[in-house]
Amino acid sequence: MGFPHPSHPGETVVLSKHFGDAGARTHAGWVERGGYEGLRKALGMTPEAIIEVVKASGLRGRGGAGFPTGLKWSFMPKDDGKPHYLVCNADESEPGTFKDREIMRWTPHALIEGCAIGAFAMGVERCYIYIRGEFTEPWAVMAEAVREAYAAGTLGDNAMGSGKPIHITLHRGAGAYICGEETALMNSIEGRRGNPRIKPPFPAAAGLFAMPTTINNVETLAAVPHILVRGAEWYKSLCKGNPKSTGTKLISVCGHVQRPGNYEVMLGTPMKELLYDMCGGMRPGRTLKAVIPGGSSVPIMTAEEAESALLDYEGLIEKGSMLGSAGMIVMDDSTDMVYQIMRLARFYAHESCAQCTQCREGTAWTTRILERILSGKGKESDFDLLLDLADNMTGTTICVLSDSCAAPVVSGIRKFRGEFEAYIRRERAPVLELA
Amino acid sequence: MSAGHVVDAEPYEPVFTGETMAELERRFAEYPNKQALLLPALWMVQERRGWISESTISEVAAVLGLTPAYVKGVVTFYTMYHTHPVGRHFIQVCTTSPCGLCGAEDTVRALLEHTGCGEVGATSADGRFTVVEVECLGACGFATPVMVGDDFIESVTPEKVPELLARYP
Ligand SMILES: Cc1cc2nc3c(=O)[nH]c(=O)nc-3n(C[C@H](O)[C@H](O)[C@H](O)COP(=O)(O)O)c2cc1C
Ligand code: FES
Repeated sequence: MGFPHPSHPGETVVLSKHFGDAGARTHAGWVERGGYEGLRKALGMTPEAIIEVVKASGLRGRGGAGFPTGLKWSFMPKDDGKPHYLVCNADESEPGTFKDREIMRWTPHALIEGCAIGAFAMGVERCYIYIRGEFTEPWAVMAEAVREAYAAGTLGDNAMGSGKPIHITLHRGAGAYICGEETALMNSIEGRRGNPRIKPPFPAAAGLFAMPTTINNVETLAAVPHILVRGAEWYKSLCKGNPKSTGTKLISVCGHVQRPGNYEVMLGTPMKELLYDMCGGMRPGRTLKAVIPGGSSVPIMTAEEAESALLDYEGLIEKGSMLGSAGMIVMDDSTDMVYQIMRLARFYAHESCAQCTQCREGTAWTTRILERILSGKGKESDFDLLLDLADNMTGTTICVLSDSCAAPVVSGIRKFRGEFEAYIRRERAPVLELA
Repeated sequence: MSAGHVVDAEPYEPVFTGETMAELERRFAEYPNKQALLLPALWMVQERRGWISESTISEVAAVLGLTPAYVKGVVTFYTMYHTHPVGRHFIQVCTTSPCGLCGAEDTVRALLEHTGCGEVGATSADGRFTVVEVECLGACGFATPVMVGDDFIESVTPEKVPELLARYP
């Protein structure tokens, strides 16, 4: 539901059904609401059969890349005698995205249950949930839920009486966006700086502690119990657009809408319905100018593109952007696009781990050129310079942080060139003073 | 504030003794090696001492079988570890674009004014507050989120700042 707002009829509430319902936070409360049925069912199945159900459901990763979850799970080796790990990515730091936070705050047992099912299906005895350091409240709720799950025998050396050990450890991050990148996150758990690793080897071959590892986003894992209980066919039927995009998705909406919040919709729902019916449209007297639909790392969409887009993986690619983590940043006609793009570039410059030259230098120089334009000292040649930098920052580094910085710059220049020109041609007063 | 070499008072009181050491040792069982306890151990230090000094870096290194240089390299990678003392109430305000669109910069100005910190990163003369700007806190629909120590407060506007600060003497 559009937490913190009441549910809208256009929503399909599965994951968010109990947001705002503190009773769902306890183990007993979760069981009363039908919780842990998915795990019970899974423990009576073979690991292969569980993976088949997840595959058949069409569930795709909700952390950004949209990789099919069942397929990812099937990459884990079988009977290799090594410890296997499942890592839950609760680093949620992508600007615009704030959905995993609500899942952990309100339905911690949904996440524990999803982790336990994944662990059993992949021969994992210990799962780590990596929670960003700033999430103090979600941490406290999760810690209490894990404690209760052990006390109830749901977790432990004989999880739910299955004879199988399933353990969960919470691991606290310490402030670094890059630790959301899967291999940086693994380094961080290992007590290292959060630098992404070169792939291959892929995590399923050598991930955390060099052992076979699967990493999934919070929302991905929280969807799994529902799929086990209600079946793959049911999940697949939650689809309004492309059949390759199934299920519900929590869309975090922020910026210039009347009712920001998390809205859970079937994939394929028109973006227009979300923006105007559910979120109440723009503030009075304002019109839509631009949307960054997938967290800050995806190309910017114009109002026309956004209003005609379907919210699913394919629908947004068709309109030149991406679903990403579905953190939607909405900007109305009062927005200074050049300033906002500079602010995003500054974010990436701050968060670059600095191991790749193209990223370390590219994010910093992009920021400085944009600051120069905003200070009234831009040149016509800055367009070429920015685009050339962006070109060198795309597809050339260990992870895609650098590509993410280039995306809003390139799409911003293409779609809002006039705003850059107004600063460069001194038609608009400078808004920054360079030190 | 000077970013120079900050040392603690001599003689150095170790952090990892008694119950604190026992707590760390209990956690060893959850990981296949001791190095993985580095971030948790640094959190334990910061919770108890407020910041991470050169001496505690050496102590953590010894406890986990690492070198001080290695530990320092890790400490300085993460923005939440303090390598120098900060105000009694450490205030983090998000100013990334989504919050910026909703007036985060005004909230920062109000915080700097009412805490007496004057500028971002500085500690107020009475040692009560330090205010820093941070990147996305993962609560963009509740602009502007502010953290005071471990408390996470949503939707802070300039008008709400005086009442908020009054809760932190
Ligand atoms: C710079 C960067 C930051 C990322 N941050 C996150 C994050 O905060 N949370 C997340 O789930 N995935 C994040 N990802 C994606 C992860 O690398 C990974 O694809 C994801 O956790 C896999 O889970 P899924 O298949 O369930 O989506 C990030 C990727 C990059 C390149
Ligand atoms: S941008 Fe401020 S919390 Fe995300």
